[in-house]
Amino acid sequence: MSVTQSSSHSAPSTVSPGLAVEMTALRRTYGTVNALDGLDLHLDPGEMVVLLGPSGCGKTTALRILAGLERQDAGTISVGGRDLTHVPANKRDMGMVFQAYSLFPHLTVLDNVAFGLKLRGRSRKDRRQRAGDMLDLVGLGEQKARYAHQLSGGQQQRVALARALAIEPAVLLLDEPLSALDAKVRVQLRDEIRRVQSDVGTTTLFVTHDQEEALAIADRVGVMNSGRLDQIAPPAELYSSPATRFVGEFVGLSNRIPAQVDGETAVVLDARLPVLPGSAAGAGLALVRPESVSVEPDEHGHATVVSVAFLGPVSRATLTLDDGTLVMAQLASAAAGGLVVGGRVRLRITPSPVLVVGA
Amino acid sequence: MIGAWVWRVSRWLLLLAFAAFFLLPLVALLDFSTTIPRTGERTGAAWQSLLEDPQMTQAIKTSLLLALFTVIGMVVLLVPTMIWVKLRVPRASRLVEFLCLLPLTIPALVVVVGIKNVYAWVTYLIGDSALTLTFIYVVLVLPYAYRSIDAALSSIDAGTLSEAARSLGAGWFTVITRVITPNIWPGVLGGAFISVALVLGEYTVSSLLNYETLPVVIVLLSKSDAPQSMAASLASILFAAALLVVLSFLDRRRRTTVRK
Repeated sequence: MSVTQSSSHSAPSTVSPGLAVEMTALRRTYGTVNALDGLDLHLDPGEMVVLLGPSGCGKTTALRILAGLERQDAGTISVGGRDLTHVPANKRDMGMVFQAYSLFPHLTVLDNVAFGLKLRGRSRKDRRQRAGDMLDLVGLGEQKARYAHQLSGGQQQRVALARALAIEPAVLLLDEPLSALDAKVRVQLRDEIRRVQSDVGTTTLFVTHDQEEALAIADRVGVMNSGRLDQIAPPAELYSSPATRFVGEFVGLSNRIPAQVDGETAVVLDARLPVLPGSAAGAGLALVRPESVSVEPDEHGHATVVSVAFLGPVSRATLTLDDGTLVMAQLASAAAGGLVVGGRVRLRITPSPVLVVGA
Repeated sequence: MIGAWVWRVSRWLLLLAFAAFFLLPLVALLDFSTTIPRTGERTGAAWQSLLEDPQMTQAIKTSLLLALFTVIGMVVLLVPTMIWVKLRVPRASRLVEFLCLLPLTIPALVVVVGIKNVYAWVTYLIGDSALTLTFIYVVLVLPYAYRSIDAALSSIDAGTLSEAARSLGAGWFTVITRVITPNIWPGVLGGAFISVALVLGEYTVSSLLNYETLPVVIVLLSKSDAPQSMAASLASILFAAALLVVLSFLDRRRRTTVRK
């Protein structure tokens, strides 16, 4: 068994030791499509890893293979040192929350949560106690006697989370659990999932196509592209230092500004910036975040304001460089007041490292 | 205003017309079965004989048992098969549907002629009882039961429910019996009812195979004791109707408990 970790300060009765997860060289093809193309993924005990990627990138396949709901063509899976590669789904001890509502319609909320405990032969009293505790944990202690159709979507997903955690799973799997919910509930519930997960300390794999969601709750985010992991890193690192063009363009907005790489640095719009590993040599395009671009009105500037969109605390200005390149800049709304559509401006780029990709 | 009034009256007229269409034959049956033909006096003799005439009581018993066994056979055969196909081999669903609907397209007469040889073996192996008709009846009710269960199965997200149950530790047997079946119960009940109604009214096969089920005895008696056969017909219709009411009541109660 591997090292365990727990958060000792909160809800000690619910804390379970996290286990390390190891997925090695996983392959899966559907007909001619490579859903997984040699995926390697490691989760530390108690860690929450979010797999992020566009639809069809293989993230859900990876999760379903870990759950045992789908077979891999090749590769191995182990959890806490135990080889699960050929263990059926019902013997893997994984709690899962699905994208679709999955509560059993014929059972009450309490019986839903107690279902897995019943299968494990726990006594009635024990089951009710544990299920009640889990419902309290997700804030639905009052809804025990209700049925799924009497709950809102967000409540149903919370019950599903309580049900998945009730069995004290080795790993918690979340398959886009928030994508059927409306925006406000989504944000609330994602924070709650994060809180509950840190409380219980279960190693968690979360799959989503929503980058904001991924960046907000993950310990590490893995960006998947065509069945492979392009980069896996803590959210801030992923955002500031993308390893590939795909990651840079998929996570957050990026401007593509012509650049000339010269050794360790690149010249972008008169500024000399350090380049990230993996950058192309020679002439290329620098991926620059809109918030790294600052704008000030200047008659002799080299760009023209095309439009300014007010987004509340910040505004987003679209500009064209004299060579025709479109650039987006994000600036404080107070500063955006001085910009006039059609006016000339000067751009400055914050001197943080950039990824330069081939044109 | 006038429109609403006309609408209400025409609705009632329509309802009355339908009621008359369905109820008049039943009232006629009741009238005929309680009248002494020559004198026109009222008598309960025909109804009493339903309970006393050994041939009739035996036939009623046989048909009720057949209905019961057919329903059991249908549920045991069809429910797990359909769930399994839906969850595990969806590609085979067309084939299963085709097989289940096949009895509908083949005339009962053809079935009997074909099956007579097989039945020589059935009677040889498990004895010559009218209850052996269960085997044929299970086949005959397949199309109707299939439709009913299929509708129920399509109305739930069987895939996700079963995956949720599997991840919680349920084996396939538990998935089928404790997760999917309880949620398609209305469809299974519907299929069971249609099966009962079909078995209680099935004449061709049992008559051609020389078994005395209720419909066969009713026809037999109609030649010698018409009032009694009328009484038996009416009784079996009322029984089927009562069953329908009970089943729909059960279903509704289930739903309201669920909604509570």
